[in-house]
Amino acid sequence: MQDRLTVHTYESEHEATSTGLPNTKLAMWLFLASDCLLFGALITSYVVYRGRSVVPPYPKDVFDIPYTSVSSFVLLASSLTMVLALAAIQRGDLPRMRLWLLATAMLGLTFVGGQVYEFTTFYDEGLSLTTNVFGTTFYVLTGFHGTHVAIGILMLLSLVWLSFSGKIQQKDSMTVELVGLYWHFVDIVWIVIFTIVYLIPTGP
Amino acid sequence: MLESPGSVPGSMRQRGGKGKVRKRLTLVLGVLALAALAAACAPNATQDAMNPQGPYARESYDLIVPVFWVAAAIFVLVEGVLLFVVFRYRRRKGRAAEVPPQIHGNNRLEIAWTILPALILAGVAVPTVTTIFDLAEEPTGQVLEVNVLGHQWWWEFDYPNEGIITANELHIPTGEPVYLTLCSVGLGYGQQPTPNDCQPGPPEGQAPAAVGDGVIHSFWVPELAGTQDVVPGRTNTLTLQADHPGRYSGQCKEFCGLSHAYMKFVVVAHTPADYAAWVANQQADAVTPQAGSLAATGMDVFLNGQCIACHAIQGLEDANGNPLQANGGPSLTHFASRECFAGCIFHSADPKQLAAWLENPPAMKAGSWMPDYGLSQEQIQALVAYLQSLT
Amino acid sequence: MATVSVPTEGRSRGLLRRPTATTGFWSWITTVDHKKIGILYGVTAFLFFIVGGTEALLIRLQLAQPDQNILSPSIYNEVFTMHGITMVFLVVMPLSAAFINYLVPLMIGARDVAFPRLNAFSYWVFLLGGVFIYSSWLLGGAPNGGWFGYATNAVLDPTRGMTFYAIGLLIAGIASTVSAVNLAVTILNMRAPGMTLFRMPVFVWMSLVVQLLLAFSLPIITVALFELLFDRRFGTHFFDPVAGGDPVLWQHLFWLFGHPEVYILILPAMGIVSEILPVFARKPLFGYQFVVFSGIAIGFIGFGVWVHHMYAVGLGPIANTAFGISTMIIAIPTGVKIFNWLGTLWKGDLTFPTPMLFAVGFVAMFVIGGLSGVTHSVVPSDYQQTDTYYIVAHFHYVLVGGAIFGLFAGLYYWWPKVFGRMLNDTIGKVNFWLMLVGFNLTFGPMHILGLQGMPRRIQSYPAELGLAFWNLVSTIGAFMIALAVLVFIANVLVTQRKPKQMEADPWDARTLEWTTSSPPPEYNFEELPVVSSLDEAWHRKYAETEDGRVVPVPAGGSGTEVEHDGGHGDGIHMPSPSYFPVVASVGIFLLGYGVIFSWWLAAAGAVVLLFGLYGWALEPSAE
Repeated sequence: MQDRLTVHTYESEHEATSTGLPNTKLAMWLFLASDCLLFGALITSYVVYRGRSVVPPYPKDVFDIPYTSVSSFVLLASSLTMVLALAAIQRGDLPRMRLWLLATAMLGLTFVGGQVYEFTTFYDEGLSLTTNVFGTTFYVLTGFHGTHVAIGILMLLSLVWLSFSGKIQQKDSMTVELVGLYWHFVDIVWIVIFTIVYLIPTGP
Repeated sequence: MLESPGSVPGSMRQRGGKGKVRKRLTLVLGVLALAALAAACAPNATQDAMNPQGPYARESYDLIVPVFWVAAAIFVLVEGVLLFVVFRYRRRKGRAAEVPPQIHGNNRLEIAWTILPALILAGVAVPTVTTIFDLAEEPTGQVLEVNVLGHQWWWEFDYPNEGIITANELHIPTGEPVYLTLCSVGLGYGQQPTPNDCQPGPPEGQAPAAVGDGVIHSFWVPELAGTQDVVPGRTNTLTLQADHPGRYSGQCKEFCGLSHAYMKFVVVAHTPADYAAWVANQQADAVTPQAGSLAATGMDVFLNGQCIACHAIQGLEDANGNPLQANGGPSLTHFASRECFAGCIFHSADPKQLAAWLENPPAMKAGSWMPDYGLSQEQIQALVAYLQSLT
Repeated sequence: MATVSVPTEGRSRGLLRRPTATTGFWSWITTVDHKKIGILYGVTAFLFFIVGGTEALLIRLQLAQPDQNILSPSIYNEVFTMHGITMVFLVVMPLSAAFINYLVPLMIGARDVAFPRLNAFSYWVFLLGGVFIYSSWLLGGAPNGGWFGYATNAVLDPTRGMTFYAIGLLIAGIASTVSAVNLAVTILNMRAPGMTLFRMPVFVWMSLVVQLLLAFSLPIITVALFELLFDRRFGTHFFDPVAGGDPVLWQHLFWLFGHPEVYILILPAMGIVSEILPVFARKPLFGYQFVVFSGIAIGFIGFGVWVHHMYAVGLGPIANTAFGISTMIIAIPTGVKIFNWLGTLWKGDLTFPTPMLFAVGFVAMFVIGGLSGVTHSVVPSDYQQTDTYYIVAHFHYVLVGGAIFGLFAGLYYWWPKVFGRMLNDTIGKVNFWLMLVGFNLTFGPMHILGLQGMPRRIQSYPAELGLAFWNLVSTIGAFMIALAVLVFIANVLVTQRKPKQMEADPWDARTLEWTTSSPPPEYNFEELPVVSSLDEAWHRKYAETEDGRVVPVPAGGSGTEVEHDGGHGDGIHMPSPSYFPVVASVGIFLLGYGVIFSWWLAAAGAVVLLFGLYGWALEPSAE
């Protein structure tokens, strides 16, 4: 009886698929591809309005490239720790996985914290969401990205918590891999944003 | 499993009748099509894209017509094949229901019916592209320049070289290109006036004139030209020209809020001589009413009430001796020289309509930005007399 | 009536215990079965169809004669806006989703979609999104800025309607995006052994293209809607010309979505017609690969034509030329499909039960709509046509004469499979002819009206423009369509009273869903089929002799067993129902209202959503 019940567990990742990729992994790739368009539209809105603000502050008035570079590096480092977490669970080392997942979450939180500090500084310098089109497009673009990071941190911490109650085992490394894919995506999007918004010099 | 689908009740019984029904339907459709063509030449319509009255409208028309015939030919061919196939290959009663040969395709045919439409489209594309560029060119030579300002919900016409500002009627000479600069005016976010290239800035210390929201409109007088949108923050241009004197109807074509349907205008084309006379009249100050007349009372009501907050009349001064400044309302200097008012939906010469408007504009036109000022009947009658004297 | 093995262990976990009902009201609320979900989509979409149709009748009543005031400008603007939103987002998309949900797993030989709970979630989010938008009538006014919601009018309008518009469509967008990922993975990953991509039915191909179009176009309108919402709610400047913004940015973002959207609306119906014509011609679809490739081409090129909705905006002759040409190019694969449908009928053995009538009607009407579309691609002609009733005629020919006719063909064709009874064919024929004549009377004259000077979206027109006659004809036609829809409803009522006694394959069809019982058991197939060709089900019934004649395969030949209702499905375990998709949807629903009315409500909604998502992730799987 018991055998029959477990034969065709429908949502299992171990079923053969037509492409060879597990369903959940294919779904995550598709979702990330779709999310590219989301950021594409937001970045486009920022770029088409570059140089069109009628009142200050303008980017060159508020940007602190060295500061944001450090913050970007922190986020980049978190991708490394994420890879280490995945490697750990794939070899069955749960304590190491938790360590690296926590490290990733901490680095992510540092990044977000850095952004909060950065934006409060901008605000004090007169740049709000409604000051000009720079403020509007900048905060909405980085805000969407920051929200993505926050959701990622939530997922990372959830994984750590679940691993304590035995819900994440070596055989569940796919789940960690999927969160990892999401996390790397968010990181890559930041690289694009950082380059286009901060690094490429413009006029006002 | 091999039950013939014809066992579905009704299909066999109706087959003979079906052919007759089809034929009757084709006849009905044919008659309708002819009636449609006839109606397309309806004499009533004065906003008829199929009745071009100037070279720019004719450029669009000269593409619409041949492309229509190409489309009609394709329609007849394709629907003809469909009708043929439906009749020729229908299952006839009495014939054994044999499964026909399972033809999967024909590559040569696929290539042919990919390339042939492409060629037809290429043929259509060439005059399309040349016409796009033709219509986009700024006209040269003797050209009348007019700024067109789209308000919610009326059209203002500003002739910078002639020093004329008017509303609802765009007067032009025949035989000369008219180069229109299109701007949307009104209030934008945070009640700030929409920036535009058509209006001069306000005098020092004064807020810019704006009443109503600055939204997208579209300027369309089909017998003289195709449309261009009127977009807040952008400056578009459109050229039109009339061959013959006459009145050509137009209206706003882009949804712009409550009274989008009531934002009309008329282009009045004159012979050059008549046009010069119109210009001279419009440039003159407003007619002064005879002292003691009802119109004179009206003028007093106008000057002492709220009217001058929005409307200007050239030649009049306010209490401080300054010339009146328009601030969001149409110029009334030569109100009676125009046949229509309020977005060209009422007749200026009709005292009843004018009185009803003055009494309660929002009741006459949904969303009107001109409020109900609670004028008394005497004031209204006086104003009517005054306005109708402003030829 | 299959008995599904119900697990006993690991279920009694209090809050996370999974529901068990397989019949009755709660079974519909907690179902994760793609077939039930398909039916839910279909019924809901049809109800919205009645509502949207009523809005259309109101519009036609108002415009039947000049200078009327049956609907004031304010109400009229709400009615035409809601008509557009309803028909696009709440009728054609979900009705297509109904067919895709029900049929795709059956057609590819699978038991369900890749993520059954996600599938349920999509449906509930769609339903609640529709309810959300409609609740606006009672909560401050319905959206009134057109379904296209152009800035700056959509931003500056002082009533609440356009905020409901932005949030409501964001909610509906979640449903479609999630569904797109789900169905794309299903089609790519869960095909039966032997079913290569080029052995999939055309309907499945078109569904795949549609899911990819959804996945890549929805994020763009998501951004546009957020920007609109932020401009309205928080004073941002995305479309603010005073601050240096540009209302045209909205148009670009909207149409970058909006154009692929129209292909999302038509491709499923094209897929349906591609399945029906071969069955009633008793020949395979002519040029299968070309029909598939043209669908893919339309999907790609569809992302490159959006400015053809903006020719009059003033982007300049170069932009207008480029997009004029790309729009002409997209006509080519569209034509290829039409010619291949004609080729399918050529030399066939044609019969005309109601599904075939609607399918042929689709082809006939779509040709007209397609041709008028080509006339729009001629940019200088479009300077006259744009924003007039000529455009209204075009898109109703492709969306009603096309999509709706195709979907009705599908309803009549698959009704026996889904409900175990066949819709009455005589009433069906009355339905079809009334609809065909009514439809042409309604929208044919609009070509003339547009060229004679009638703009779109106007509450009334004056008598002197000579537009009264054809407007009256159009109104009469609209009521004929309404009558046709009533005839359809009557057909449904008459049919559903009949006993459920349908064979597996009443039409002698070609695809795998016809190898299961009517209706199919919960697990779809007793044994997952092994596929060796395109039109697998047909090839199990018929073989070709050397001289090209088609002969039936003797009964009892390889794998021809029709699924009988006696199949027990022992050992097949289907995923258990779940509450959490509904819970999560309600969270989103509350969040939506919260953004408009109260941040506390929004927080509550977020909590419910998180609770729903965590419960979903942690509930015991079907073990």
